[in-house]
Amino acid sequence: MPDQLLYAMEVLLNGLMAGVLYALVALGFVLIYKASGIFNYAQGVMALFAAMTLVGIMEGQVPFAHLINAAFGTDLHVFGWQLSGLIGILLTAVVMVVMAWAVNHLIFRHLVNQEPIILFMATIGLAYFMEGLGDLMWGADIKKLDVGLPQGINGWIDTTTFDAFGYGFFIDNLDIWATVIAAILVIALMIFSQYSKQGRALRAVADDHQAALSVGISLNFIWVLVWSIAGFVALVAGIMWGTKSGVQFSLSLIALKALPVLMLGGFTSIPGAIVGGLIIGVGEKLFEFAIGPMVGGATENWFAYVLALVFLVFRPQGLFGERLIERV
Amino acid sequence: MSLAEQYVMDTEMDRSEGHITEDGRKIGAVMMEMRNITLKFGGVVAIKDISFDIRQGEIRAIIGPNGAGKSSMLNVISGFYHPQEGEVWYNGSRRAPMRPYQVARQGIARTFQNIALFEGMTVLDNVMTGRLNFMKTNLFQQAFWRGKAEREEVHNREFVEKIIDFLEIQAIRKTPVSRLPYGLKKRVELARALAAEPHLLLLDEPMAGMNVEEKEDMSRFILNANDEFGTTIALIEHDMGVVMDLSDRVVVMDYGKKIGDGTPDEVRNNQAVIDAYLGVAHD
Ligand SMILES: Nc1ncnc2c1ncn2[C@@H]1O[C@H](COP(=O)(O)OP(=O)(O)OP(=O)(O)O)[C@@H](O)[C@H]1O
Ligand SMILES: [Mg+2]
Repeated sequence: MPDQLLYAMEVLLNGLMAGVLYALVALGFVLIYKASGIFNYAQGVMALFAAMTLVGIMEGQVPFAHLINAAFGTDLHVFGWQLSGLIGILLTAVVMVVMAWAVNHLIFRHLVNQEPIILFMATIGLAYFMEGLGDLMWGADIKKLDVGLPQGINGWIDTTTFDAFGYGFFIDNLDIWATVIAAILVIALMIFSQYSKQGRALRAVADDHQAALSVGISLNFIWVLVWSIAGFVALVAGIMWGTKSGVQFSLSLIALKALPVLMLGGFTSIPGAIVGGLIIGVGEKLFEFAIGPMVGGATENWFAYVLALVFLVFRPQGLFGERLIERV
Repeated sequence: MSLAEQYVMDTEMDRSEGHITEDGRKIGAVMMEMRNITLKFGGVVAIKDISFDIRQGEIRAIIGPNGAGKSSMLNVISGFYHPQEGEVWYNGSRRAPMRPYQVARQGIARTFQNIALFEGMTVLDNVMTGRLNFMKTNLFQQAFWRGKAEREEVHNREFVEKIIDFLEIQAIRKTPVSRLPYGLKKRVELARALAAEPHLLLLDEPMAGMNVEEKEDMSRFILNANDEFGTTIALIEHDMGVVMDLSDRVVVMDYGKKIGDGTPDEVRNNQAVIDAYLGVAHD
């Protein structure tokens, strides 16, 4: 097999794996958007916040230590425990659910029936608030996150592909884990929204609030539920990206990669988010591989957005959205 | 007789334990009682100090000219609106202010004047949502204890199919609601409400915009639901013929006030009601 083709295959695989994670993050957006018409700009910061909280909890940091020390003249820093990744993740998940509840009850419950742009603005406010809150609680320094996921080149794939093709594929163990976990979650979310009672209720709320109320669905419950799911998705994304490149502000920007995914897949379509995620993941890696060297690289920064833009012009409703034809 | 006197008389009658109608249906004790309800929207008084009750097993009509406050009254019962004054009594106890979903969970189902269906779902899925309150298994059971969750699902589906047969909409079971004509949408909305096995069913103009044939069908369904399931029904309707045929008792509203309450015959001969409908000037 020619070398170029092998490289391309390796790139394709890496792209698919990145795409699964994009799809998961995009689902976080889609669920909130479907249930409440809110485009949650804060999704990225939620991932950052979740990762910071996870590190803080695992290392036994005292939250708001700086603030407390300044106010009371104390000298608190750590509780002195060191928790395992699993317990840390469980506790952080609880924090994210509490946050989902607070976000709904303190903000969005009061904005029902407002214009979408108002809701969007509120999520921008939320994003900056959470960014500040995260820094205040856990400090603004770059943190290392290690929940015990294996990292580094997968030796088995390397040797197997080398024996078969004479070229060893470089596939990172962390990426494999991220892909498997994200894929499981994506499937679980699909099954949940399609077959469970709460999933049915969620689709009902997405369709018509009044009708949903009349059959006994609590809108607030559904809203807290979708924000919790989004929080959980953010946590998973935060773990994967945070483990790879440290918990720092740029993490909140990766989640916005889900934006072009949504433009491709449509804001309300679950299958759209999945297919869109894969297209973006594969597309940006292949493009960087094939065209990147000619234009000086770093195409991953913009390729997804440009692809989405081109796509928008030809199919504004997304891959799976219904075409809107204006009645005249 | 003044309104106050009439109310005293009404409440006296209300304490009785019910009776059998001429066509042999059993009317029971008072199930829902509205006491001195006043509802305002800013300066607009939509409901002014109205009291009336609904008895177990009866078909109760609310009539009145446009803007009289009929829908508002239904919205108060179903928890969509909250009155500034007055009390709602349900099954013998005073009801605390409730949200619509809580009212629904108490066994009060409804339809809307402007149809509120899940347009993106099929007829079957729409009717299925009426069963949400009967899905008791939690997520965990649904995921890992299939036996119980499956039995529940099977039972719910059977019940829904029964309702679909009852309302003669088998042919459109799998059709997306958005493709249905108006008359059928109204029927699907009724199906969804009936799927919830309500104790009390509230219908806001179930026959508005229908032709004669469709109205006859709808009347038959309403009568049969009342008869076969024993569902108590409160309905708003403009077509006097339909109201007189269907209902056991009628409340008449005009400009937010109650101007009549009684059997169809009593109401028909009530001077205030006649005036309201003939558009006699208000003082
Ligand atoms: N949500 C609301 N906000 C403001 N005013 C309202 C609201 N709902 C009803 N009203 C007002 O209350 C009054 C009664 O309205 P309602 O809809 O109850 O009348 P109706 O008897 O159902 O009339 P129709 O036969 O036209 O349906 C009207 O003046 C209406 O404008
Ligand atoms: Mg009305």
